[in-house]
Amino acid sequence: MNIHEYQAKEILSAFDIPVPRGRVALTADQVERSAKMMGGRCVVKAQIYAGGRGKAGGVRLVHHPEQAHDLAKELFGKRLVTPQTGPEGLKVRRILVEEAVDIAREFYLSITLDRRTSRYCVIASAEGGVNIEETAARSPEKIQMLIVDPFTGLRAYQARKVVLGLGLKGALAEDCVQLILSLYRCCLERDCSLVEINPLVVTKAGWLLAMDAKISFDDNAVFRHWEYHDLMDYSQLDPLEISAGKFDLSYIKLEGNIGCMVNGAGLAMATLDVLSECGGQPANFLDVGGGATREKVTEAFKIILQDKDVRGVFVNIFGGIMRCDVIAHGIIEAASEVQCTLPIVVRMDGSQVEEGKKLLLDSGLNVQCVDALGPGASCIVSMVKGEADVCGGACAVK
Amino acid sequence: MSILINKESRVVVQGITGKAGLFHTKSCREYGSQIVAGVTPGKGGIHIEGIPVFDTMEEAVRIAGANVSMIFVPPPGAADAILEACDAGIALAICITEGVPIRDMVIAKRVVDTGRTLLVGPNCPGVITPGECKVGIMPGYIHKPGKIGLVSRSGTLTYEAVKQLTDVGLGQSTVVGIGGDPIIGMKFIDVLEKFNADPETEGVFMIGEIGGGAEEEAARWIKKNMQKPVAAFIAGVTAPPGKRMGHAGAIITGGEGKAEDKIAALRECGVTVATSPTKMAEAMRAAMK
Repeated sequence: MNIHEYQAKEILSAFDIPVPRGRVALTADQVERSAKMMGGRCVVKAQIYAGGRGKAGGVRLVHHPEQAHDLAKELFGKRLVTPQTGPEGLKVRRILVEEAVDIAREFYLSITLDRRTSRYCVIASAEGGVNIEETAARSPEKIQMLIVDPFTGLRAYQARKVVLGLGLKGALAEDCVQLILSLYRCCLERDCSLVEINPLVVTKAGWLLAMDAKISFDDNAVFRHWEYHDLMDYSQLDPLEISAGKFDLSYIKLEGNIGCMVNGAGLAMATLDVLSECGGQPANFLDVGGGATREKVTEAFKIILQDKDVRGVFVNIFGGIMRCDVIAHGIIEAASEVQCTLPIVVRMDGSQVEEGKKLLLDSGLNVQCVDALGPGASCIVSMVKGEADVCGGACAVK
Repeated sequence: MSILINKESRVVVQGITGKAGLFHTKSCREYGSQIVAGVTPGKGGIHIEGIPVFDTMEEAVRIAGANVSMIFVPPPGAADAILEACDAGIALAICITEGVPIRDMVIAKRVVDTGRTLLVGPNCPGVITPGECKVGIMPGYIHKPGKIGLVSRSGTLTYEAVKQLTDVGLGQSTVVGIGGDPIIGMKFIDVLEKFNADPETEGVFMIGEIGGGAEEEAARWIKKNMQKPVAAFIAGVTAPPGKRMGHAGAIITGGEGKAEDKIAALRECGVTVATSPTKMAEAMRAAMK
């Protein structure tokens, strides 16, 4: 689960990490008022669930409140496309107005999980800023990585090594040690999968300041943080992804026209791979979960059909222990409810396969049942392309 | 022979009185697994489906002689269940639970790595030695005893692979679902090592997914150590680049994780990679020639 920069900064602030003075605004007028409050010269920052905003024009220094107003008008409602958003971009609905700071030095600092060691890892670099990934790829020696033993936790002496490696000295170095320890505490207590400060700056006045911040929470730990629910900005998510989330379905909208419903993420990905191989274009990734229920199947089907680009649906359920007649009921219920006339190809495996197939074939829906993944995929692709009304040859209906 | 579990395995189910726990306990027993105990704190002393239930794992090991644990405890208590299994000295703990918090798993993994207990999962379908013992949620009937070892990060895609193998007559020695979470117990290499040493396993099929660097790591290990033919499939060739936050992930992985990179790494190390998920059994056959 992601949150906005301004929310991340509020959390960091609660852990005694210094952040710039700032206000969040929802309208251009509010942006102008906030800019006045900051003294006219300030930074206007679009709030979206992605990084790379600066290069995309989402973060700019302005010199007058009117200029802030004009920029806000331009940004609000605009879809900001950055290397981290995907091609469709994310809509700007909130803007953070912050005091302008004179920067002496910029660092990169983050804590995240290192999969290789299964431990949290502190990452720091003296070359912070927008090009950090390029730096990491080009000169990895400029990146410091500190793997934290969960038994001891992060110790001050370890943080100090990192800080000295950044080239900080004296009282400022000790400030930074405390900051890193606080960041680690924040990461654990708030169940973060990522806390990132980029850049962490030393101001010309000689103080540390978290200029930009990103926090992602571990989705698996949201159950023990009731407060996270209120931090969610649903405007940053696809509406269909939101309704899928309510039913614990994992849905991602794609560009194509073949709706897909699959159980299990791996099989779902493999199903998209086969569809593409057959010349089809999947409209979505949808995982109903390893052991889907009738309700889930029904909701999943409705979500798929809400996508207006969908011209046909491919269902691939390898239940095994799941009963196919139950799945069939779910499909029939959903398809009848939304009066679906689109072609549907169903590949099911599990117990009661024959009962399931019979239910589907007797339902009056435009549905074909197949026994294997390959024939199923080629069947739906040709039906969507209009090359066949029913499956012939390759995918004989049993 | 087989790896990890066989007909001698004595299985305890942690979370046996939950809906999923009980359902799969019955299904495993029907398959032929010896379920010797259940553990649900607060319910010690009762019998469920004729299986004695204990409050603690210590009792399940000491009194019922369990040596393999199947964990269905819900996410808030799952890591605790893993730790308890380790503490009780169980040989193998298989955690089916999906959704265990990262922070909990960091600790559990640290303990597992220093102890004698092997951990499979969490968020996995489990382990099955066809014809002998099933400890997990996979459908037993698609499996067939044989000589192919299978190791997979995926759940249902594993069933697809098993079915294809069985359909072409390639039975399986043991099928291990290692789970798709960022922190898991046994990794590809740990399972490959066991298959390599198992005289009954003659070839291995491996199923990977996009993300992380585990498949690349496994590829390098295979090149150096594996004495048996290996075939593989990587899911997610057509997956669009995901939305992401921040830079840390990219810095850590150094660009690893894409399907093409994984496929290239595996091929370079002598692994036969299936070009399509419909051709998994075909790739295994080709590798065995």
